[in-house]
Amino acid sequence: MIFNIAIKELRSLFLSPLAWSILAVLQFIFGYLFLGQLDLFLQVQPRLATMSQAPGLTEIVVAPMFTNAAIMLLLVMPLLTMRLISEEKRSGTLTLLISAPISMTEIVFGKYLGIIGFILLMLIIMALMPLSLLLGGNVDFGMVASGFLALFLLLASFTAVGLYMSTLTSQPTIAAISSFGLILLLWVIDWASGMTSDTSSTVMSYLSMLQHYQPLISGIFKSSDITYYLLFISTFLVLSIRRLDADRLQH
Amino acid sequence: MTSIAETLVSVNQVSRYYGNLLAVNNISFEMQRGEILGLLGPNGAGKSTTMQMITGNLAPSNGQISINQFDILDHPKQAKLELGYLPETPPVYTDFKVDEFLLYCAKLHRISKAHQRKAVETAKQRCVLENVGHRLIGNLSKGFQQRVGIAQAIIHQPAVIILDEPTVGLDPIQIREIRQLIGELGKEHAIILSTHILPEVTSTCDRVLIISNGELVLTETTAGLQKRMFSSSLLVGFHQPPDVKTLLQFPGVSEVENLEDNKFRLHHEPDTDPVEKIVSTSITENWRLFELTPEQLSLEEIFVDITCTESHESEPTSVEIST
Repeated sequence: MIFNIAIKELRSLFLSPLAWSILAVLQFIFGYLFLGQLDLFLQVQPRLATMSQAPGLTEIVVAPMFTNAAIMLLLVMPLLTMRLISEEKRSGTLTLLISAPISMTEIVFGKYLGIIGFILLMLIIMALMPLSLLLGGNVDFGMVASGFLALFLLLASFTAVGLYMSTLTSQPTIAAISSFGLILLLWVIDWASGMTSDTSSTVMSYLSMLQHYQPLISGIFKSSDITYYLLFISTFLVLSIRRLDADRLQH
Repeated sequence: MTSIAETLVSVNQVSRYYGNLLAVNNISFEMQRGEILGLLGPNGAGKSTTMQMITGNLAPSNGQISINQFDILDHPKQAKLELGYLPETPPVYTDFKVDEFLLYCAKLHRISKAHQRKAVETAKQRCVLENVGHRLIGNLSKGFQQRVGIAQAIIHQPAVIILDEPTVGLDPIQIREIRQLIGELGKEHAIILSTHILPEVTSTCDRVLIISNGELVLTETTAGLQKRMFSSSLLVGFHQPPDVKTLLQFPGVSEVENLEDNKFRLHHEPDTDPVEKIVSTSITENWRLFELTPEQLSLEEIFVDITCTESHESEPTSVEIST
């Protein structure tokens, strides 16, 4: 049942031009930035050859791609997730799901997996760029894999936030703005406390999504970072289920 | 109606508040298989709220609802398996084709893969949608969208079908077709439909519930309603009333109902009018006649009568609640 909903969600995305245009625009910009990095690498290559402990091709070309991707998708993911529930609330089609023999959990997971499917598709297209480097050099596969895992977990977290915000309102734009706001806040939350070094700043930097993203894309795999994302995702999924359940109650 | 009584819907003392507003107040009724129930009431009477509660879209503040013996809150999945619901706005995805949408609905209702195609075809055929299967729902007219909505509600052959104003937006021919469809479905299923089109009730329903200000004010079979409409009757009141037998002896009087406050309802043959006789006898026998009202109501009059007097009587309570 979850998969039926997920597939329907993915289909709906591709029935509207939104998904296509997002994929096209992102791919164009990623390609442009990737080429820029590649150009940089070619320029500095002679100097790198003389250095000991020089950064490799992956570090110079691929790692920045993940930083750029994270920031761009921070803007884009709310657009993909905003319609998940709010559009159904507005057009009255949520009734269809609620009247069917499906639990709220299945609805939420189905919707979530639909977007996850889209993310995987997007990552596969993105992965073609680092793989193209194999034509003329060696790639650090461990680092690339770690980067993709980081980006995937990050986007899965964005989606969970977006899904929750979408259950709160029947206006897709409000869902988009508020999920964008929350994601951005969690991205920059440790900037303000960067100057001091008391406990509050430790907490802030633990909460910050960026702090858990940076190590992974530079190839440092820590289980605490993975746990952070998994906890983050499950929190927002549970909140969404509870929110939908509460809609039926007296208020 | 089938001979085996099988309670499919049971609504037991259900109330629902929106904040402080009491939208549905202590409604109870039961339904058997093969019954078509009409839910009548003015706008804002609580018809849709009642339907939303029966379908599990809203949780009742008090009371229990069970579908096919399963409580809608405790066993939602089992209860909803036997439930088809068409809300006020048809819940259709406008960017899907009719076939795709119905197939998705079949999957949602857990129809096995082998039967999905067949279920879609049957539903389309019943709602006369064969020619639009490949078209986008968003491009169809309101009437067709409404029919897609009905198809969605009956695709899994549920025991209970709930239709919220099913004929809104349809042309007269389509309305006739839909009524016919409802009549057919009503033979094997239990159907609840809400409407404020009164002739629709007499032509399709077996039983009528009238809701006003969230309260159930009348439960009557359609036959009973017809009787109220067509058999002429007199409402008489005496301060010193004679017994019922004496009243039955008046020419043409077929039935006497003893009401409260020394009032009687006399049913008489339409062509004989006992009024003159009653008045003269009342004077000679000193029954002290104080009221004599001829009753001959249309369905509209019954409806207006019931909903208006009821809202008048319950006004103090509703004011108290809304403040």
